[in-house]
Amino acid sequence: MAAKKPTDSRGAARSALSERTDAQTRKGIVELGARVVRQSLAETDPFVDVPLRSLSNTSFNARKRLLEMGDSTQRRNLFNTAQARKFMQTVLLSKGCKDLIEAGKTLSLRGMYYMSLHTIPGTREKTFEGQEESDGILEDIEVALEALRENLHLFAKKRGTMVGPITVRDNGDEIDCRRMGTGGYAIPSICEPGVVEFGKCDAKFVLHVEKDTVWSRFNEDRFWEKHNCILTEGSGQPPRGVRRLLWRLHHELKLPIYCLLDCDPWGHYIFSVIKQGSINLAFESSRLAIPDAKFLGIRAEDYERCELTDDVKIELNDRDIERAKQIAGYPWFVDKKPWQKEIQRMLRNGFKMEVESLITKDISYVTEEYVPARLKARDWLE
Amino acid sequence: MPTLVSSKDADVSDAKATAGKQPESRKPRGSTAEEMASGQREIAVSEFFAKNRHLLGFDNPRKALLTTVKEAVDNSLDACEEAGILPEITVEIGQKSETRFRVTIRDNGPGIVRRQIEHVFGRLLYGSKFHRLKMSRGQQGIGISAAGMYGLMTTGQPVVIVSKTGKQQPAHEVILKMDTSKNRADIVKETEHAEMDELFPQGHGTQVTIELEARYQKGRQSVDEYLEQTAIANPHACFAFIAPDATRLEFQRSVKELPPEAKEIKPHPRGIELGTLIQMIERTECRAIGSFLQEEFCRVSPSVTRAICDHAKVKNTTTIGRIGHAEAEAIFKAIQVVKIMAPPTDCLVPMGTKALLSGLLRGVRAEFFSASMRPADVYRGNPFQIEVGLAYGGELPKEEPARILRFANRVPLLYQQSACCSWKSVIDTNWRAYGLSQSRDSAPEGGLVVMIHMVSAWVPFTSESKEAIADYDEIRKEMKLALQEAGRKLGIYLKRRARMRHETDRRDIFERYIGEISKACEGITGTPAKKVFDALTRLAKTKTEQADQDLDDEGNVVEKKLEQDDNVVILAERIGAAEQAEAPTDLIPEVRPTKVSRPAAAKPKTPKRSTPPAAPAQTPTVPAPFRVKERKAPEGGLFEEGK
Ligand SMILES: Nc1ncnc2c1ncn2[C@@H]1O[C@H](COP(=O)(O)OP(=O)(O)OP(=O)(O)O)[C@@H](O)[C@H]1O
Ligand SMILES: [Mg+2]
Repeated sequence: MAAKKPTDSRGAARSALSERTDAQTRKGIVELGARVVRQSLAETDPFVDVPLRSLSNTSFNARKRLLEMGDSTQRRNLFNTAQARKFMQTVLLSKGCKDLIEAGKTLSLRGMYYMSLHTIPGTREKTFEGQEESDGILEDIEVALEALRENLHLFAKKRGTMVGPITVRDNGDEIDCRRMGTGGYAIPSICEPGVVEFGKCDAKFVLHVEKDTVWSRFNEDRFWEKHNCILTEGSGQPPRGVRRLLWRLHHELKLPIYCLLDCDPWGHYIFSVIKQGSINLAFESSRLAIPDAKFLGIRAEDYERCELTDDVKIELNDRDIERAKQIAGYPWFVDKKPWQKEIQRMLRNGFKMEVESLITKDISYVTEEYVPARLKARDWLE
Repeated sequence: MPTLVSSKDADVSDAKATAGKQPESRKPRGSTAEEMASGQREIAVSEFFAKNRHLLGFDNPRKALLTTVKEAVDNSLDACEEAGILPEITVEIGQKSETRFRVTIRDNGPGIVRRQIEHVFGRLLYGSKFHRLKMSRGQQGIGISAAGMYGLMTTGQPVVIVSKTGKQQPAHEVILKMDTSKNRADIVKETEHAEMDELFPQGHGTQVTIELEARYQKGRQSVDEYLEQTAIANPHACFAFIAPDATRLEFQRSVKELPPEAKEIKPHPRGIELGTLIQMIERTECRAIGSFLQEEFCRVSPSVTRAICDHAKVKNTTTIGRIGHAEAEAIFKAIQVVKIMAPPTDCLVPMGTKALLSGLLRGVRAEFFSASMRPADVYRGNPFQIEVGLAYGGELPKEEPARILRFANRVPLLYQQSACCSWKSVIDTNWRAYGLSQSRDSAPEGGLVVMIHMVSAWVPFTSESKEAIADYDEIRKEMKLALQEAGRKLGIYLKRRARMRHETDRRDIFERYIGEISKACEGITGTPAKKVFDALTRLAKTKTEQADQDLDDEGNVVEKKLEQDDNVVILAERIGAAEQAEAPTDLIPEVRPTKVSRPAAAKPKTPKRSTPPAAPAQTPTVPAPFRVKERKAPEGGLFEEGK
């Protein structure tokens, strides 16, 4: 396993995570179980402590320009009606992960959900109501054990695609991303060094687009070939695998990351997550967040600048307006005049626009005129 | 003997009685006073009521049947109680044709002496209860004779009475018809029997049989309902009812002692009107106004007499004959001003909360019962007292509005609910404060029975048919206070029940997950699941016990009070019976032995926890065996039969 040497202590703790051995992770789980057994046999209230993954326990580190998780933990008691079920689920999934590690197998989050799903004997209650319930608890376990999903032998559904002048070695197989046809390389859920290694790379930058449809447009026009870049896509809010890959392309290969997202609060939020990290995964910010990522568009002024028609307007609803104001208040946006202006302008417009709206001009407008013009003019938001 | 004089046919010379009621114009239609006088004559009360039978509760065939049974049963209860006998009453209704029924009511009372029989049953306004002020069911001396008269008028059949006054006495069987024009009875036939043990095993009693046009239908305002409610208000009496289809219902007694006898009282001066005062002055045997006041009224001492006379500017030695209208009015006014003690209340015999609870337990299959009794109070010079009972939950229907059982002197009132003071006091009470739902101007909703009982030597009915209590402020206030007291206890109980549910939910949750957790722990650490399971189960138990304990500490006063309150009964096995479906048995809170016996115990759901029916605190008794036993006592309460 070849990981980059971390530069500061907190990063050290986090980065070291990926170097954990199965034995370490297993030990963590056994300790968790043993504590519960100990408490039970001593007939004291059994509990598990889980670091709190909430806004209140997240702070923005202005120097490092990323979201960090605080030290608050949440105690989950068995003998508390509101917590009993989660307590049970935590123990159940911990056992599932231990079984996986011992068997030397990996499972998708969904697989893990099914492995632990059953009706509790003597009741009509299921151990989990749906995969989201199990996913949430697994994230808790990651944080509680200071392990990563991959340490627990789990992975998420593949979401995200890549194409461009780069060769990668995925689990030992060499993959030339220049020759991926129309489908592209499916970015795996686990993009840790050791699993995914970078080979020869001629790219000068990365263009990350919001979704698959836009990505296909760029791929079809061979944009990456003409502009010598890597083209990625993350199916909306990019999953951890895609973010980890972007992070590594940026940090290891020193490629700048440009994002082409919708002009709406959701697009702004995706950018914010790529750039600063998310509240939910704040504990992994140092491995995922790219504070230098750049927002290329769509911009609120594009309606006039690109002379778009009324057809592209999608009205902002109350929820959007509220979200936009929230985003404008994020500590990493609050001091950035251009961002404040951008959000204000969108609100003044009263409508949002998708990247696809540029297609109304011409099918290749976005790939042949819009993006090249923005890049040339160095016209982006930081 | 009072007679009614038609105002239209009034004796012209009797100016005092009919002044102002003379025909005003003399000739417009050509008949003179002389001519009219020829048509003016006395009307027998019986004639009057024969024409106006709705005044006595015979408006329609169904109500006529109820009224007939009610008049006879009320008489039997009155007679038994007055003679100090625990009442045993049988009511039998036989159907002779589509609309014709034969009703027989038999009691074990003192009987009626032979020479009185034709008067009692053959004359209206003949009775023993009118000329006295004493709490009793009957008052006017009309009841049973009116029923007989109705029977005779609708079927032509005479009334048959069998009565026996003692073991050594013969039984007299008298068949009689009322002559309405004379308000007298004609004996059709009479027989003397030496023995009549099959009717009167105790050697005394009365049986009345009346044939009448009627309709028998169960449900609200039926004979069945009347008997059920009468059984509730008279737990010391037992009843058997043989319906037209020959089914037999029995109500065993649940209290073995007679209620204490009500004392007769003299009227309180404040309770009478000017007209009555004048009448009393005319009739009295006293010679002077002072002695009249002292002797004919209660609470009038020599000093009060002096005060009244001084205020009225009449000497208290003035001979009665010299008291005219003006003097009487002055005395009347003085009475309203002078300080007079409230009337004595020993003339009131309420059921008492224990008997009331016992009665409710007998007829209502609820889980929670509370009762409360107010101290006696006075309205317009008449002492009265209010007691109420509440029954909640159990098998009572949850969706329906509360059922109000109204009683006056132990007699159920089945008609004109909305005109009754009891009803008004119920909708006036804020039941939401006790955890029940209630919409504006209506009764509370959901599995509740409210019983309101007013006792008084003179119950102020809104009309002659004795169906609704008049709405006096004093009465309504007392009713509301009583409802509030009982309601508060219900409120405490409901809160506690909700809390118990919550606690059980808690325990459930823990126990549900303990299995999962211990298995997972075994998978992780290798510690046998059983070991962890047992430890956690023990822990869960102490946890919830602790929680129960905490509750006790917090709500100490409350909990203790409910359990030890003599005016509250909780039947553990009926809790949540209406929602039987999924109610886990654990919901049943521990309850101390009930204080009052109940005639039919519900099938206990948790045998280990159900408490044996304990003896009633007041008069320990096993339901007295009833004479004729063909069918068991009614399993059902008010809501099972005939609905
Ligand atoms: N079953 C009975 N046993 C003994 N005495 C009876 C019985 N029934 C009636 N009486 C006597 O006959 C009288 C007349 O009865 P009746 O029902 O006509 O009048 P009441 O009960 O006095 O008044 P009300 O008209 O209010 O019922 C009673 O006052 C009572 O003295
Ligand atoms: Mg009577």
